[in-house]
Amino acid sequence: MFRHDENAAPTHAQFAMRVTILGVIAIVAFGAVFFRLWFLQVLSGEAYLKEANANRVREIKIQAPRGEILDRAGRVLVDNKTVLSLQVQPSELPQQNEPRNDELRRVAEVAGMSYGKVKDEMTAQMAAAMGLKPHDYKQELRAGEIEEPPVPVTLKQDVDKDVVYALRERQDEFPGVSASQMYVRNYPNGTLGAHLFGYVSEIGPDQLKEPAYEGLEQGDRIGATGLESQYDQILRGRNGAIRVQVEASGEPRGRELSRIEPEAGDNLKLTLDKKIQAAGESALAATGLPGAFVVMKIDDGSILGMGSSPTFDPSVFTPPVSTKVVKALSQNEEDPLLDRAIQSGYPTGSTFKAISGSAALESGLITPEHTFADAGSFMRYDRKWINAGEAVNGVVNMVSALKVSSDVFFYDIGDLANQRYDEDGTEIIQDWAKQLSFGSLTGVDLPGEGAGLVPTPEWRDKLFEDASDPDSCGGKEILYGVDGCFETDRPWSAGDNMNLAVGQGDLQATPLQLAIAYATIGNGGEVVRPHFGMEAEDATGAQTQAFEPAPRREVDLSEDTRSTIMEGLRQAASEPAGTSYPTFGSYPIEIAGKTGTAEKTLQEDQSWYAALAPADDPKYVVVVTVEEGGFGATTAAPAACQIFNAVFEIKDECAAGTSQTR
Amino acid sequence: MPTIARPRTFDERSAGIGARTGLLKIDPVTAFAGIGLIVCSIVALGFTTQSEIAGDPYFFTIRQSIYAVIGIALMFALARIDYSRFRELRVGIYSAMIFTIVLVLFLGFAALGARRWIELPFFQFQPSELGKLLLVLALAGFAIDRARRQTAWQRTARLLLLGFVPALIVFVQPDLGTALVYGVITLAILFISGTPWQHFAALGGIALAAVAIVLLLAPAVGHPVLHGYQLDRLTSFLNPSDDPADSSYQTNQALTAIGSGGKTGRGEDATQVQNHFLPEAHTDFMFSAIAERWGFMGAALVLSLYALLIWRALRITTLSKNLYGSLVGAGIASMLLFQVFVNVGMNVGLMPVTGVPLPLVSYGGTSVLVTFMAIGVLQSIYVQSQLSSPGSLRTAL
Repeated sequence: MFRHDENAAPTHAQFAMRVTILGVIAIVAFGAVFFRLWFLQVLSGEAYLKEANANRVREIKIQAPRGEILDRAGRVLVDNKTVLSLQVQPSELPQQNEPRNDELRRVAEVAGMSYGKVKDEMTAQMAAAMGLKPHDYKQELRAGEIEEPPVPVTLKQDVDKDVVYALRERQDEFPGVSASQMYVRNYPNGTLGAHLFGYVSEIGPDQLKEPAYEGLEQGDRIGATGLESQYDQILRGRNGAIRVQVEASGEPRGRELSRIEPEAGDNLKLTLDKKIQAAGESALAATGLPGAFVVMKIDDGSILGMGSSPTFDPSVFTPPVSTKVVKALSQNEEDPLLDRAIQSGYPTGSTFKAISGSAALESGLITPEHTFADAGSFMRYDRKWINAGEAVNGVVNMVSALKVSSDVFFYDIGDLANQRYDEDGTEIIQDWAKQLSFGSLTGVDLPGEGAGLVPTPEWRDKLFEDASDPDSCGGKEILYGVDGCFETDRPWSAGDNMNLAVGQGDLQATPLQLAIAYATIGNGGEVVRPHFGMEAEDATGAQTQAFEPAPRREVDLSEDTRSTIMEGLRQAASEPAGTSYPTFGSYPIEIAGKTGTAEKTLQEDQSWYAALAPADDPKYVVVVTVEEGGFGATTAAPAACQIFNAVFEIKDECAAGTSQTR
Repeated sequence: MPTIARPRTFDERSAGIGARTGLLKIDPVTAFAGIGLIVCSIVALGFTTQSEIAGDPYFFTIRQSIYAVIGIALMFALARIDYSRFRELRVGIYSAMIFTIVLVLFLGFAALGARRWIELPFFQFQPSELGKLLLVLALAGFAIDRARRQTAWQRTARLLLLGFVPALIVFVQPDLGTALVYGVITLAILFISGTPWQHFAALGGIALAAVAIVLLLAPAVGHPVLHGYQLDRLTSFLNPSDDPADSSYQTNQALTAIGSGGKTGRGEDATQVQNHFLPEAHTDFMFSAIAERWGFMGAALVLSLYALLIWRALRITTLSKNLYGSLVGAGIASMLLFQVFVNVGMNVGLMPVTGVPLPLVSYGGTSVLVTFMAIGVLQSIYVQSQLSSPGSLRTAL
């Protein structure tokens, strides 16, 4: 120990020596570190650089499960299941041709695929990743203009567990080959709602560039059609990723560099009611004929049920997709993939009388008291205009004409309206029909709807003019509806308007458009925006987003007009001699509904029924159409009755009617 | 201890305000080394941690800059205080140190896991980091205290005990690296305060026996003292290529990062850090990150600044106006030297992985603040030595 004065500076020789020893230790330590650094960086830098370059990252995607699609009560309509898929990471396969092809041959054998199929699949998917055609991709690859894209190739989806075990046991023989779990859609209710959901598929190269799909990568799965596509951003979720360090050979170094957990998509709750949907589908199926139905709330446009027949099994589009089955579906003559509720345009027969009738009243063309002597037929423009079966209804006004579905009453209205057109160019029925959503897209949240057609004088005159031009699409022939060529052999005439007034002729309307028109009459003038989306919920059931689309527009519908039409519709369904009285006369809830029978050349008539209920304070609209179903009263009305049973939770027998009116 | 009033020297008079505030009397070389190191750290963090936190590329850079500003301010503040006052406060300082590291230990138990920090509104305060400086200040005081009243053996034993208690507490946290730093501080103060050579020889013998017990005997009878990972870390550096997936993984990746940096660095191609192959690249392995990106040039620059800093610390030890200052200076110098050597040694594969930060360069609020405070104490020793020296006989160099 030093002897010292603690207030004085230490000057002892031992002190100086000991600090010096500390200094020497520091010099030795720094020397060692400097020398080591020199050795590592300057002398062995090259070797370590090689090692650093051999360190690679492989990103393993963790697929996020898509949100479920639920009905309005939270019942599952679409959920997920997992399948095992067989994947190949081309960058981790042997790079020389011979060993690579050897391995692919063995993979093909284990997976029960042909070697050619394996090669084709790889070329096709890698070409798609580069946005090239397979042939061009092969050429450019061979010419050395491009490199193999670093994307995994899915050889087979839904492989057997045994195959996976076989591969895992011999993983060292199969570098770059792996099995991964994949979520695919599951439809627990079979064909229920098949036309609504659409399907999920891998994102295409063009979609990758769209802003709606920002942040997605090749191989990610998106909703391709239907509600899956419409609400993709909600359902999709966010894929996670594990980044793993691998050697240049692809051999994992066993360390996870980072992990981003996947975020499941939100669940989509629809306005659809599973029970009503099921009732509608089974009522349609019972007819054994193609057709469609729509059930909608008239105050806000929420769709409770919408279906099309014939239908299909939506699971044919979930992996593993059989191209054979899909091809057969798309080539089927009955066209089960077609959604007849929004994609098919038809003349709607007498159901349209509610539209032409309200047009005539609202425009002041006639008054509710206006009468017409219905003698079963009349002659006009060198033609005999007749009721179905030439039934004589006596003196009718708007209410009774709707009740018994007098054609001559509405032929006369059509003629009156056309005279007004000749006078001042107004198109009373057409303008009104267009306001009620005919002839344009309804804006429903389901992609692919058709606009239909409201025939007007300008429209027909233009087609006629085109036909007389020898350079037109039809040439010297007059073609209508052939290869997108529309021409006619005559200009607009009063008869066209008379046919329109009863919903025949050139009118093309979707069942959904008819439902919206009826809803507008029922709710007093709000043209609602039909929709399926109700709300989005996260996994805990908490609402993350609500969809309440505002009405598209208001139309001027006087209470007088509305009550006249509603009374006509009510009597048609609920009073003796009404066209659908046999079906709805004794129904516990009073219905206001109109039958329709659309005439078709060379085909059985198309049966229609459009109804609002309850009649005194309508809340729901139901539209049913059955192609080749004959009279509206015989097939469509009983089917609509079955649907009302589900809406009001009633058990009625729904007798078929006998009215042979249009 | 209060400064004794004395006539002003010619130097002070001509220095004017600077002399009164003591600012112009600080050692410019020490300040340069400290500020140079923190600038290196901020620049390196700015380049290497941009992808660390998604959406916030300058998270670490900005925080480290804030710590730097506060730290430098603390350094200047401490430079103006006469460090000798700390000697009077030695019991309080020692108690505060023990209290805070025990507190964090109990908070850790409460959180059912290892915890080394106390959550403060703006950053995580790590008491064991501050404990390094507090131990130096207190132990140096005790070393002088005991000087006249005990036998040499008693004195050594007491100092050892005073150093051993906090070391044991942080070891239990568990924080092996900091425990070793406390041990080194204790040994350095013992050494500089003149503890006889034979005491060190006896200590060496005891240490050898302890190591034998910890590594061989205790595991054999079923009571291992070191956690499995601690033992792995301590031994794996001996043969790093054994098991790349395990504890020597870090060492391997650090060696690859440093080696691949070469003479001038990989710049934007520094994949070891960018791809996160190198773990803890902004804290314990910051040196490797610098060495990869800026090569031997960058790494040597940082090492040189440390050499400068430690040389000045030793020089200030000899310049001190009293023994307390010398012991504090030697304690700080050894603390810095040990941390630099263990951290850089761990990066270059010469030392086991022990979680000792690189002072001023590793990201971390408490470490930066405490290191600047330590430099501030060094400055205080320097300033006081200049004030007490007659004329300018004892100049800086």
